[in-house]
Amino acid sequence: MAKDVKPRVKVPKSAAVGEVITLKTLISHPMESGQRKNADGSLIPRSIINRFTCELNGVMVIDVTLEPAVSTNPYIEFEARVDAAGDFKFTWYDDDGSVYEDVKPIVIA
Amino acid sequence: MKLRTSALATATALGLALTGMAWAEPVEDTLTIETDDGQITMVTTAPAPAHLSDVMDTIYSGWHFRDAETRAMQMDDFDNPGMVFVDRGLDAWNAALGKNGESCAGCHQSPESMAGLRAVVPRVDEKTGKLMLMEDYINSCVTERMGLEAWGMTSKSMKDMLALISFQSRGMTVNVATDGAAAPYWEKGREIYYTRYGQLELACANCHEDNYGNYIRSDHLSQGQINGFPVYRLKNAGILSAQQRLIGCVRDTRAETFKAGSDELKALELYVASRGNGLSVEGVSVRN
Ligand code: HEC
Ligand code: HEC
Repeated sequence: MAKDVKPRVKVPKSAAVGEVITLKTLISHPMESGQRKNADGSLIPRSIINRFTCELNGVMVIDVTLEPAVSTNPYIEFEARVDAAGDFKFTWYDDDGSVYEDVKPIVIA
Repeated sequence: MKLRTSALATATALGLALTGMAWAEPVEDTLTIETDDGQITMVTTAPAPAHLSDVMDTIYSGWHFRDAETRAMQMDDFDNPGMVFVDRGLDAWNAALGKNGESCAGCHQSPESMAGLRAVVPRVDEKTGKLMLMEDYINSCVTERMGLEAWGMTSKSMKDMLALISFQSRGMTVNVATDGAAAPYWEKGREIYYTRYGQLELACANCHEDNYGNYIRSDHLSQGQINGFPVYRLKNAGILSAQQRLIGCVRDTRAETFKAGSDELKALELYVASRGNGLSVEGVSVRN
């Protein structure tokens, strides 16, 4: 249902073994809270991203539950320790059942 | 009633000398942006173009008047929410939207082919002799070359495309023509700029020329430059085009506003752009 949804992530290209790096993610999404009403008084149905996860080589780095109070275009910044090269996988779960994914590789410098 | 009284009081205060009002210099800072291709530094302060020599020495990007947090958002493309709209514009650019499957990319190749355009538009089109906004160029392709209904001047599709096209000229110097075929339009825009509108009887110049640096309803008044447009406005969590900003500012004088794309606002956009000749194209920038 949500239109124009677009995930973006920023991950350093490389890290030293054991280094803690910062990851930034943003997804364009209206995050309709389900609390607002239309001009005709009817409730606008809730439509939010309700969960976000990040995995590194299949191991969960962060698993976030998002609530209706989170504003438009949720931005999530967090840290991860890199022990080996591989892929970061980012997943956003939409109320409407859509799942958005992005993958970014990291190498050991 | 109370509201109206205080607004009128503000109008009077602005009309007269602003003794005792808070004033703050444009913040001294350098706008260096982290991009995917390394850093670029913007010219955000420049000598005023010759046509303004009687009224000011220096022109400043609106970036200098925003608070530290808002300024910082524009210093890293990832933190700049406007980039989402650039990405969306890119998707539309590559999509087969036309009646017969035409896409912008099909004729123009990569959006980089538009580099430099934002810096010189609005301009008078050589072939038609008409003053063209970027929106007019886009719509001429949408209607004549893709067989579609014109996009709304302030529609999402239009603003995504404005964001994408402006982005291609980022860091280039604004240099719209004010002479030759542009002269009559520019004169008209200039006249509008100095005309008082609305119940508050305020001209653009009363705020953005006489009072930049002052605070108005806790907003730090800038010179009203449009080198940063389209902007991502935190207030709307969305993209605002220069036409929309001009409409908003006329409306704030409690006037009946001109329409987006009207002859008046086209001329005004050209004139306002020319007041920023010498600054970098910053679009997509971030504003409160
Ligand atoms: C069928 C081919 C075709 C398609 C499709 C097309 N254009 Fe164009 N476009 C042109 C031509 C031809 C010109 C005129 C170039 C000139 O006059 O030098 C032009 C001019 C422009 C200009 C002005 C460029 C300048 O330097 O003056 C812009 C902006 C533009 N197009 C944007 C778009 C966008 C955005 C789309 C997609 C929504 C699009 N065009 C789709 C052929 C096309
Ligand atoms: C009552 C005062 C007032 C008047 C009159 C006024 N503006 Fe504004 N304008 C503001 C305020 C306040 C802002 C937001 C803070 C800022 O950037 O200056 C603003 C912002 C702007 C901006 C955005 C600048 C940026 O960098 O984001 C532009 C462009 C602008 N105005 C143009 C105009 C034009 C053109 C007119 C005349 C039609 C006009 N304004 C009339 C108060 C005014």
